[in-house]
Amino acid sequence: MEAAYDVVVIGAGVSGCAVARELSRYDARVCVVEREEDVCCGTSKANSAIVHAGFDAQTGSLMAKLNVEGNELMWELAEDLDFKVRRCGSLVVCTDEQSRPGLDDLLARGKANGVPDLRIIERDELKEMEPNISDAAVCALWAPSAGIVDVFGLNIALAENAAQNGVEFVFNAEVSDVARQGDGTWLVKTSVRDLRTRCVVNAAGVYSDVIHNMVSDDKIQIIPRKGEYMLLDTTAGSHVSHTIFMLPTKMGKGILVSPTAHGNLLVGPTASDVEDPESTDTTVEGLAEVASKCALTVKDVPLREVITSFAGLRAHQPGHEFIIGEVEGAPGFVDCAAIESPGLTSCPAIGRMVADIVSSLLGLVDKPDGSWVAKRKGFVTLEGEPLDVWANLAKRDKAYGNVICRCRHVTEAQIVDAIHRPLGARSLDGVKRRVTAGMGRCQGGFCSPKVMEILERELGMEPEDVTKSGPGSELLVQEGGE
Amino acid sequence: MEQRDIVIVGGGPAGLAAAISAFEQGTTNICVLERDVQLGGILNQCIHNGFGLHTFKEELTGPEYALRYVKRAQELGIECRMGTMVLDVSPDRVVTAVNERQGVFSIQAGSVVLAMGCRERPRGALNIPGFRPAGVYTAGTAQRLVNIEGQMPGREVVILGSGDIGLIMARRMTLEGAHVACVAELMPYSGGLKRNIVQCLDDYGIPLLLSHTVTRVEGKRRVEAVWVAQVDESLRPIPGTERRYPCDTLLLSVGLLPENELSRGAGVELSPITRGPVVDEHLQTSVAGVFACGNVLHVHDLVDYVSQEAAAAGASAARYVQGSDDAREADKDVARIPVVAQDGVRYTVPSSISPDLMDDKLTVRFRVGNVYKDRFVSVYLGEERVSHRKKRVLAPGEMEEVVLKRADLCSRPGIDRIVVKLEEE
Repeated sequence: MEAAYDVVVIGAGVSGCAVARELSRYDARVCVVEREEDVCCGTSKANSAIVHAGFDAQTGSLMAKLNVEGNELMWELAEDLDFKVRRCGSLVVCTDEQSRPGLDDLLARGKANGVPDLRIIERDELKEMEPNISDAAVCALWAPSAGIVDVFGLNIALAENAAQNGVEFVFNAEVSDVARQGDGTWLVKTSVRDLRTRCVVNAAGVYSDVIHNMVSDDKIQIIPRKGEYMLLDTTAGSHVSHTIFMLPTKMGKGILVSPTAHGNLLVGPTASDVEDPESTDTTVEGLAEVASKCALTVKDVPLREVITSFAGLRAHQPGHEFIIGEVEGAPGFVDCAAIESPGLTSCPAIGRMVADIVSSLLGLVDKPDGSWVAKRKGFVTLEGEPLDVWANLAKRDKAYGNVICRCRHVTEAQIVDAIHRPLGARSLDGVKRRVTAGMGRCQGGFCSPKVMEILERELGMEPEDVTKSGPGSELLVQEGGE
Repeated sequence: MEQRDIVIVGGGPAGLAAAISAFEQGTTNICVLERDVQLGGILNQCIHNGFGLHTFKEELTGPEYALRYVKRAQELGIECRMGTMVLDVSPDRVVTAVNERQGVFSIQAGSVVLAMGCRERPRGALNIPGFRPAGVYTAGTAQRLVNIEGQMPGREVVILGSGDIGLIMARRMTLEGAHVACVAELMPYSGGLKRNIVQCLDDYGIPLLLSHTVTRVEGKRRVEAVWVAQVDESLRPIPGTERRYPCDTLLLSVGLLPENELSRGAGVELSPITRGPVVDEHLQTSVAGVFACGNVLHVHDLVDYVSQEAAAAGASAARYVQGSDDAREADKDVARIPVVAQDGVRYTVPSSISPDLMDDKLTVRFRVGNVYKDRFVSVYLGEERVSHRKKRVLAPGEMEEVVLKRADLCSRPGIDRIVVKLEEE
């Protein structure tokens, strides 16, 4: 049987979507399969959202190389794909003089990794840059090339652009088996349908070991590493203006305090290894740790402004290195596995690297000149924009005059756009991640019923079929009994 | 730019009462801006009765209570723009808003009345550990779904927090065929009205678990169970007391927060205790010509008090625009006496008073920080106690008031503060 696809990418997180977008440059049939109902539903949606400078990873590692490259590529990508990034820079704060050598090591490693403009700043300069820095702060490593990114925006932008360029997406499709066929093609069995393909890319996040181990005797192991966070209201968003890291200790990287691309303040994460790759639940201990440790670097974090807490799982493997490349003994099966921090930063470079591997394996050729669309228009944001921008939009389309989410100033027009995009939103969370409705201080208390109504209307759904985040997360029960 | 004597932000019970009162004081060039498609605010979804006992001496439902004010505003011909979201109030009282008909527009107001109401504290503000599935609603969101949308958020329910909306929704969900397993309250006392505990829980056999909290939410996609544990005196869960309640819904009634984003933008000083504007005897905020009333000022227990307070704010706003510039300037320099909340009294509204400017009588509203039995509510003018009233029970869920007389203040020149406090004898 002839393969319907040249490439099937398993997983629609940032890695899978970056790969798909790069592959969409080629004249190839590409399909992304995703077990959730939307892109950006796993590790990609729950992390620190930092564009790391690249001084953490061991010099010479793939992580170090892709981190620095990814950071370089991110800014242009953001221009092309119109998602939010801000180059706010990061500070690794040293809070006792004895630990200073640790900071010097980081500086040296960063320089060796090719991180630009790194330098150590002393307390006075630090205090000037961050008035709320801890009184114990001695000095800090200043990395101006670091930044913050809207992770949802990045992931959705990559996916939308890939879709624009012909990549197919199949959602709610959990992969049950990947097997090489007699003719050298691969059969990817999913809960939706089976796909025959010449090449498979394993970008399955915390499940990338499971997928890898379906095709290789050289087993890999992912140990999901849970990170818990608290997100504070935009009223606390300027408590710090750079990403503040703790100097890594043997206890780990510690708790960061950072502004976010949406104007909030993020504190976290914890780091605890878990067995269950589904355990994205927060814990009493984890949240308590976040609350206490953030004070080590930053004073008076206004924790009473917290609006939500969440946990994400990092796809950690014991070797702490990305696993990227064709798997030995499985020709045409390419791993993009164990993508943990700095995976988000690295994703533009990971996309290129994996697409290069695949295209040389398959001998792919570019799409005809001019038929690949590099740019994509992002979602309209009104919050924080000059009011004449809003006024002009409202003149053209009255739906911009109907505010649905009062906390983040999201109008009906934006929600309708989120639904009718390629790979449009199908759920409350889908709308939230695209246009921030429900992301504000009331956490959807006021706008949820209205967004549910718009989803029903635009998609012709029954109220009982509207979900928070896909099948199984229905928001309502049938009237009148079971 | 459009000019209005008074712009009122919010067409709920506070905004409407303020508008009517201002109109009746002779200032008729008023515009009410309401973000919902109809007037009445949160009352529209409060279809239970018990509203208006003080104001109308009868028991009305929320929509009925609202309708009386809506009709009166219509009779007076007060302009109310619905579907209109106010985006900004500037310190010099330019109100910028957006709606479908006009797009983005601005109004220069002579005075502004802030009446935006409050919002519910969401789950995230409590840091309840566990998953974040569908089926966790604030009580008010569930109330809207049931009473306005005609939809059912769940069948097996646990409620955290015994605020009034939570108590009301315990009964409402039961009447709609759901089973409410319990209402868990972190504090050793309820945050709601006694009458609601009796009528909404006791009458339906719903247990109220005081000193209990939810320690975990189970269910990745939809709520499958919540864990409820007893808490110790420092409000920490006591190990070994956890109990698992299988359910599909967790409703939260864990506090209301005044919605003061616009106030903050206008430069209005906010109280860290009420999270509402700091106001004087005329309910004027720290920004001249900007007044506040209703739940945006401080969270009320009964709408009747909202209406009274809002009428006072509306009258003050009218008086402000009717006065001369000189009079307004002179008012700024007038001597003020701070009102100090002490010994169990958490705050007072207003927080400062000018004897020269106040009316003959002034109602000072406050809440207490704990449950107190057989205490006296005392008022001191300077060192001198002028009022001493015994209350059998005082509870945080119920708003209290004392009335100050202008004559009392004026006859004691030179007092440096007014103290409202609880005393044992």
